[in-house]
Amino acid sequence: MKTFKLGGVHPKENKITADKPITNLPLPAKVSIPLSQSLGAPSKPLVDKGAIVKTGQLIAKGESFISSNIHSSVSGKVVKIDEITDASGYRKPAVIIEVEGDEWMETIDRSLEIKTEITLSREQIIEKIKDLGVVGLGGATFPTHVKLMVPSDKNAEFLIINGVECEPFLTSDHRLMLEKAEEIIIGIRILMIALNVNKAFIGIENNKPDAIAHLTGLTDKYENISVVALKVKYPQGGEKQLIKAITGREVPSGKLPIETGCIVNNVGTAYAVYEAVQKSKPLFERVVTVTGKSLSDPGNFLVRIGSPVDYLVEHAGGLPSDTGKVISGGPMMGKALTSLEVPIVKGTSGIVIVPEKKSHRVNIHNCIRCTRCITVCPIGLQPVLLAQLTAAEKYEEAEKAYIMDCMECGSCQYTCPSGRPLLDYMRLGKGKVGNIIRNRIKN
Amino acid sequence: MSQTILFAIIALCILGVTAAVILYYIAQKFKVIEDPNIDIVNDMLPGANCGGCGFAGCRALAEAIVKSKDLSVQKCPVGGNDVMKQISEFLGLNSVETEPQIAVVRCQGSKINAPSRIKYEGAESCAFAHYLSAGESGCQYGCLGEGDCVRACLFDAIIIDESTGLPIVFDEKCVACGACVKACPRAIIELRPKGKKDRRIYVSCISKDKGAIARKSCNTACIGCGKCVKECAFGAITLENNLAYIDPLKCTLCRKCVAVCPTSAIIELNFPARKQKTDTEELSEPVKTA
Repeated sequence: MKTFKLGGVHPKENKITADKPITNLPLPAKVSIPLSQSLGAPSKPLVDKGAIVKTGQLIAKGESFISSNIHSSVSGKVVKIDEITDASGYRKPAVIIEVEGDEWMETIDRSLEIKTEITLSREQIIEKIKDLGVVGLGGATFPTHVKLMVPSDKNAEFLIINGVECEPFLTSDHRLMLEKAEEIIIGIRILMIALNVNKAFIGIENNKPDAIAHLTGLTDKYENISVVALKVKYPQGGEKQLIKAITGREVPSGKLPIETGCIVNNVGTAYAVYEAVQKSKPLFERVVTVTGKSLSDPGNFLVRIGSPVDYLVEHAGGLPSDTGKVISGGPMMGKALTSLEVPIVKGTSGIVIVPEKKSHRVNIHNCIRCTRCITVCPIGLQPVLLAQLTAAEKYEEAEKAYIMDCMECGSCQYTCPSGRPLLDYMRLGKGKVGNIIRNRIKN
Repeated sequence: MSQTILFAIIALCILGVTAAVILYYIAQKFKVIEDPNIDIVNDMLPGANCGGCGFAGCRALAEAIVKSKDLSVQKCPVGGNDVMKQISEFLGLNSVETEPQIAVVRCQGSKINAPSRIKYEGAESCAFAHYLSAGESGCQYGCLGEGDCVRACLFDAIIIDESTGLPIVFDEKCVACGACVKACPRAIIELRPKGKKDRRIYVSCISKDKGAIARKSCNTACIGCGKCVKECAFGAITLENNLAYIDPLKCTLCRKCVAVCPTSAIIELNFPARKQKTDTEELSEPVKTA
């Protein structure tokens, strides 16, 4: 069975919500839709205070090359456009809407019928994906239309669909593959037209045999779409690791995946593309796994963007009293929330509740030179060295040691027997080196 | 046997003489003529190589001073007026007296004033804590207390007070080199004139949040109410983005603004105690008799 060669770890899977079907959550009373939901520049709001909006109405426009449109996820009245606290505690602008009924835009096709026929041309597809605000739903929220516009000097050969979901606990992609497989395959076909490629792979780890079997059955009639079962290993869901696992090709340092002729998209994105292109439905809701061993009723929920996290937790049985930490995203790469009032955004794949006794870091000890961090690094970096260089503020040397290739998967810190904050320093170093590089380009 | 030794000695002598001639020639040919004053000025400087003057080290400053013959721009903050006077006398230049400066920490978000709402367990680095989140109290402008300024200080002039979680600057040790100012990712530390008799008044907050939001995370935040601006008769206080700033050059240290600040965000340092109010005296009297 295929997998990537270099490094990797095996955290306990804990996929406790794998057999919980996706349930539609009732609408919250109020949503806060942040204006910065994708990589790139924040979007510019188009509505004013007091405006009445419909579900799916464009409320903010992405104006620079890398930015995305944002649509209202509910119908109701815009109460204010103000700063709200985001996941990290910083204040960011958002549109706050009070929910009144659920009136959708007339342009959205709300029928349950699956529309298999693709009538649009390549340009029309990309335009539609851009207009309807589709971004990568794997976590990095890179605007999908930018990814589809392959530079003229590059050639896209394969489309790789990421159904790996290597993060422990999370099952939103898994459930989506089981429940919306037909739509996902149409989404893949649309993406293939947009990219002008003849071959697509769906990479799924073999801890999801039901999804592998289901999708293999459905893709039988398409010769050019094949399902690839992968050996379980974190971080296989990383773009570069997945390309390596499926095609054996390696993305050069500092380059984008297109260098290898591959474009990677998440299964969630493929589904969003289907809904946008075939049903004209903007990206205003997504599947979020709300999970944790202490939760009484964990599950996978279809949630409107902008719903507060505590609303989701309430529907999953309420916040257990022994909770020490709430993570947005998976436990490996996710971010601990500073408050439960923060909204769900396009990039939120899960909410993980961690009990108090498991939510603290271990005591930090001295490095024992065991080189485990180097062994597990899926990029082949030397995290211990890079962390030392960053702590000593030797950023030029850190740059030469390829710190910018780090994808922040956290394998090094996970495996460190001395509990050293390797990833913290790597991230700090990446930030500093990134600034140095940007300044160099500017001058 | 003796012939071998003799041969070796002669060979080495020839080699030595040849090398000496070459070296002498090179030394003459590529002689660097350096102003001897640079070495003397360099010896006068404190030799801390802190970079506070803006040059790479003390010698670089000495070179710049001797070269430019201008003491109005190049200054050693560590040595202060004494050293600059000594140098000016030696070089026969006019020295410009500057008011000595000191680093002030413009945050009072201690563990009591701004209680922690979350717990940060990451790397001991303000730069990283700043990148990761707004901080334990929720104030996105306040001190993170991880001690980047302490590690930057070459003079042991700044420490983190364990009880408050905030940095303390030692007046007698701080040389105003500005290393902590550069190290602080939130620009909380400012270099201000030391003031007459070390007396200083400044707004100890840099929160640009609106009053209600600032107050939510910290009891001693500047809420931008503007009372101090109205109170100041000298126009020394300006209010911008919900934050008051006292211009040290205009401030006459009258302390009126300190009294009117509703959140005690304005700090007075090294002033004699104020006259006690009568009601507090009355209150304390029964305690004495009892």
